Amino acid sequence: MAESTAGVGRRKILSALGVGGVGLAVGAGGVLSAQAVTAASQEEPAVADTVPFYGAHQAGITTAVQDRLHIAAFDVTTDSRDELIELLKEWTAAIASMTAGQEVGGDGAATEGSYEAPPEDTGEALDLSASHLTVTVGFGRSLFVDADGKARFGLKDHLPEALIELPHFSGDQLESSRSDGDIVVQACADDPQVAVHAVRNLVRLAFGTARVRWSQLGFGRTSSTSTSQVTPRNLFGFKDGTANPKSEDEAVMDEHVWVSGAAGGSAWMNEGTYMVTRRIRMTIETWDRSSLAEQETVIGRTKKTGAPLSGGEEFTEPNFELAGRRGPLIDENSHVALAHPSRNNGVRMLRRGFNDTDGSDNLGRLDAGLFFIAFVVDPRTHYVPMQTAMAKNDLLSEYLRHTGSGLFAIPAGVSEGQYVGQGLFEAA
Amino acid sequence: MKLIQRAVPLALIAGLGLTGCTSNAQPSSATGTEAGGPIAVSSTDTECTLTASETSSGTVTFNVKNDGTQVTEFYLIASDGNRIVGEVENIGPGLSRQLTVIAGPGSYTTQCKPGMVGDGITQDFTLTAGANGTVDANRVALQEDAVKQYQEFVAQEADALEAGTGEFAAAFAAGNVAEAKALYPAVRMHWERIEPVAESFGDLDPILDAREADLEEGQEFTGWHRVEKDLWVTDASYTKMTAAERQEIADGMVTNTKELVSRAKEIEFTVDALSNGSKGLLDEVATGKVTGEEEAFSHTDLWDFAANIEGAKTAFEDLKPLLKGTNDELSATLTKNFTELETLLAKYEKGDGYVLYTDLTEAQIQELSAAVDALGEPLSQLTSEVVK
Repeated sequence: MAESTAGVGRRKILSALGVGGVGLAVGAGGVLSAQAVTAASQEEPAVADTVPFYGAHQAGITTAVQDRLHIAAFDVTTDSRDELIELLKEWTAAIASMTAGQEVGGDGAATEGSYEAPPEDTGEALDLSASHLTVTVGFGRSLFVDADGKARFGLKDHLPEALIELPHFSGDQLESSRSDGDIVVQACADDPQVAVHAVRNLVRLAFGTARVRWSQLGFGRTSSTSTSQVTPRNLFGFKDGTANPKSEDEAVMDEHVWVSGAAGGSAWMNEGTYMVTRRIRMTIETWDRSSLAEQETVIGRTKKTGAPLSGGEEFTEPNFELAGRRGPLIDENSHVALAHPSRNNGVRMLRRGFNDTDGSDNLGRLDAGLFFIAFVVDPRTHYVPMQTAMAKNDLLSEYLRHTGSGLFAIPAGVSEGQYVGQGLFEAA
Repeated sequence: MKLIQRAVPLALIAGLGLTGCTSNAQPSSATGTEAGGPIAVSSTDTECTLTASETSSGTVTFNVKNDGTQVTEFYLIASDGNRIVGEVENIGPGLSRQLTVIAGPGSYTTQCKPGMVGDGITQDFTLTAGANGTVDANRVALQEDAVKQYQEFVAQEADALEAGTGEFAAAFAAGNVAEAKALYPAVRMHWERIEPVAESFGDLDPILDAREADLEEGQEFTGWHRVEKDLWVTDASYTKMTAAERQEIADGMVTNTKELVSRAKEIEFTVDALSNGSKGLLDEVATGKVTGEEEAFSHTDLWDFAANIEGAKTAFEDLKPLLKGTNDELSATLTKNFTELETLLAKYEKGDGYVLYTDLTEAQIQELSAAVDALGEPLSQLTSEVVK
């Protein structure tokens, strides 16, 4: 069913059955048979709203960025390696179903299960399409060793050297309840309800084995990872990610994103990558009171078109040498100057962040910002030096506060019959 | 203190020039020459084309587009050929900027300067009588007055800071904890009144005023907040400094403050530096003081709060004559909101200072925060009004 339904979402399956809304679907106790799906496929051209789950790499990394995020980090509560593996197997099956636009579990949300038992799938995505859902799973350093450096789950010898403890960066105001975690699950979709549904069901499967340490909702992607996407804007109103590497550029992905050539204990990381997460609070109110001149100086680009202040249009390469009346036209401590590969030994990171808002704080200020996500081949070379320089010098830092942080090893993708992270556990 | 030290100096040192008002606006396709309507200027490498050579006096706006390949500038020059009425610099190729000036009737010269060198490309420009806005002939003098007064204020506060730091450092080094604790918030007020100036020295500010969270790994924790921690933290997890360590920190504060004071007196201000500094002080209050983050150990945030407001108000009062006749409404709003915030803050006066931040209720903090926002929002309009 998985292969043949690619592109067919739940909504289409239901409409093919002649079932209108959710309530009716429940009442009718409709059966989502393979036959019905085939019928639907024949009646309507498939809409490409599923992202393949199986592959060499996990989905949700070079996938064209969806518009919505629900990311959750878990602490594993069991000491049993077998229980942990069992969880990853269950998760893998659930993720395969959900990303294909299907329900979790054989009995689904409201169909064949016991009337006296809670449904296996929570049901809120029933009449929604697959929405390009991707779910990406990664492992934190604390899964391998505890705070005292003691081995967990027999994984210590397989802790990759690159999975470091991030240093304290200037200005960090990290909250432990928003940072780190043993396992991370990033769910992205076009529809927020689909992303929330995915995390909610994985959390449910994890009860007794792992508990949520933190989670974050995001909306509005803050970079484009594909040449097919226009550059979105962050909550400061500026285009973000103009210079982000694009997934179509495979050579850049191979050099800066995908791990290769890892040997020994960390060989399981080949075809994987590292994910940096940072919850960055923006002081929206003071930003909104700053002049356009200051805003553009801080960013190094114009607000309207995103052109570098050295001239041209959005995709014109910035000229950091071009002199103005008082030094370079682009301030050397502007965001664009500090983030540019030329200032970072040529390294690039695949950013895949989202805007976020958790309502307002106790002073009535927007609790909003950017949930920064980047995928890099090695955080030691591709994140720490840049963030060190930016935390210290970036003019933008005055309007930012880093409140959460995480670093996770993202294993390779899986093929049918495998589970996420199998390479790690079988190596160990 | 701010998380970063460099943004304010931008405004202070690389200010926009005494009479220039640069603000980047979207490219305009305006071609009209209606009275007071924007005049489109196209600056190429060889030509400077304006959609009109005449318009009525008062508030005049030019939308300048750089259609050339070099960095360009645009000037409006008075008939005597010397006085620059308005200028906009640093326009990259393909980009647009806006210049707004208030100017009276008369003959002027416009000038595009591709490459920012030489005499540029000039032509005559006329402003006819029939104003759409009042013109104060003494604006330049008023601007100079404002700057001079503020400069005196900075010098005065800097001197007081230097003297106070010496006294405080001596008490701390000698181990006179009670005296040092009493001096701490009071002396810091001199720093906080001129905080944008103090912060403009990116090398000294972190040494003197960094909070612990601002440091990166391996960076030494020194200055006011280092001492604050030693004076106030009493739990077992913290080891107090030895006499020698205290002396070293105290000496560093005195030396660096001396350097800062001498540099502060050399800064040449512009009116936009005053107004941006004033707004910057409100931002300081909004992000650090009203949240209780600044004085993590002593909780004397309200002293800093009050001093920031005093500094902001001084700059505003110096600039106020420039609003007369051009934006009386903004002047009235700011005057009223400053008074309201001061009145509110006065409720928390205690002895020679203020109650501790930790004594405030949630509702009181919210009320203070709302008053800060009420003032900060109109204050952000001040720069564009005074640079005209």
